[in-house]
Amino acid sequence: MKGTSSRLAEIIAKHEQDLLAQWIKEQTSAVTQRPDLMSEAELREQSRALLNGIRNAVQRGRLDDITGSEWESVRELLDEVSRGRARTGFSPTETAMFVFSLKQPLFSRLRAEIREPEALADELWTASVLLDKLGLYTTEVSQKSREEVILRQQQDMLELSTPVVELWDGVLALPLIGTLDSARTQVVMENLLQKIVQTGAGIAIVDITGVPTVDTLVAQHLLKTVAAARLMGADCIISGIRPQIAQTIVHLGVDLGTVTTKATLAAAFVVALERSGATISKGR
Amino acid sequence: MERIPILKMGEFLLVTIQVDMHDRLALTLQDDLTEMIVKNRTHGVLIDISALEVVDSFIGRMLGNIASMSRVLDAATVVVGMQPAVAITLVELGLSLPGVRTALNVEKGMELLRGSLTATNGHARRQG
Repeated sequence: MKGTSSRLAEIIAKHEQDLLAQWIKEQTSAVTQRPDLMSEAELREQSRALLNGIRNAVQRGRLDDITGSEWESVRELLDEVSRGRARTGFSPTETAMFVFSLKQPLFSRLRAEIREPEALADELWTASVLLDKLGLYTTEVSQKSREEVILRQQQDMLELSTPVVELWDGVLALPLIGTLDSARTQVVMENLLQKIVQTGAGIAIVDITGVPTVDTLVAQHLLKTVAAARLMGADCIISGIRPQIAQTIVHLGVDLGTVTTKATLAAAFVVALERSGATISKGR
Repeated sequence: MERIPILKMGEFLLVTIQVDMHDRLALTLQDDLTEMIVKNRTHGVLIDISALEVVDSFIGRMLGNIASMSRVLDAATVVVGMQPAVAITLVELGLSLPGVRTALNVEKGMELLRGSLTATNGHARRQG
């Protein structure tokens, strides 16, 4: 195996410029190339760096295992390339094709250089396995980086969608946006109660304009939040009830009990101001 | 025996729960408080639970019971200073203490009691 692997290294080293030119030609003509997402100069640079890295690694041996230390610089490069591409919107296939498209020029070069059929088959097999591994590695990395994006967005959503704002001295508003599930209710409730303690607010307006549907479960979550706020000594007003939601609530037989409900946040705010002893007058 | 102190503050009684409530203590408090309400002819009770960090269903129910008993004895009861975690626990346990009045802190609770007392007293005076 030692002899064949040095052969591959030797061929790559000898024809590096040639291979690179062909490879880039191959890539720019392929359907998976995205000139809209990446310039040719960038592609050229990435290809050059990768080919260079592969040559170095191959020269040092170990063609069957890309997890070794010889391949570290190649892995780092692929990491960077895959992450960058995933972020700019390349599909995993398109990213993997970046590596796979090296096969064509490399194989034709091998065929031209090696005359003995047995040795050629061995070389092709080695090169093919190697490039497959590298290609799959890019897929794995781009998949992983996308998962990271999803996870981060999920957390962002949880935090972004539950702000508690102070409308007036002693009046808090909690504009809810998106579906209320148990996990979010927990976050919402904690945020609200914490803010009540911080500000000493006596009235909290829970605005559900942004809640798409209210079923029995969501209603129960809402009532829980209201009950917890009441235990802390703050009155709750539920506002932003859309006509369809009012109908659903009644049809489902949800009992909102003694909770004050208002159609709009504005109406709720007026009530809150009156309860906190403020008077509203329109200036001329 | 350990007891929770009940302080007389003017026309109100102030109960400050500073230790972890265990069941026995809650029962004693119930006895002592009803006794005190009757003895002092109190019309307002403040229960400060701001130092209470752990509640279970029994303590939750006791709080409700104590408030109801005071009400039967014609004393308005306000529970003040509940911690967020305690509030969430009680709600999750299904004990939202209906009928118990609440306030954020002792000051606000006192205000609430005064408000309700002047309302009833004023009414009585006008009647008399």
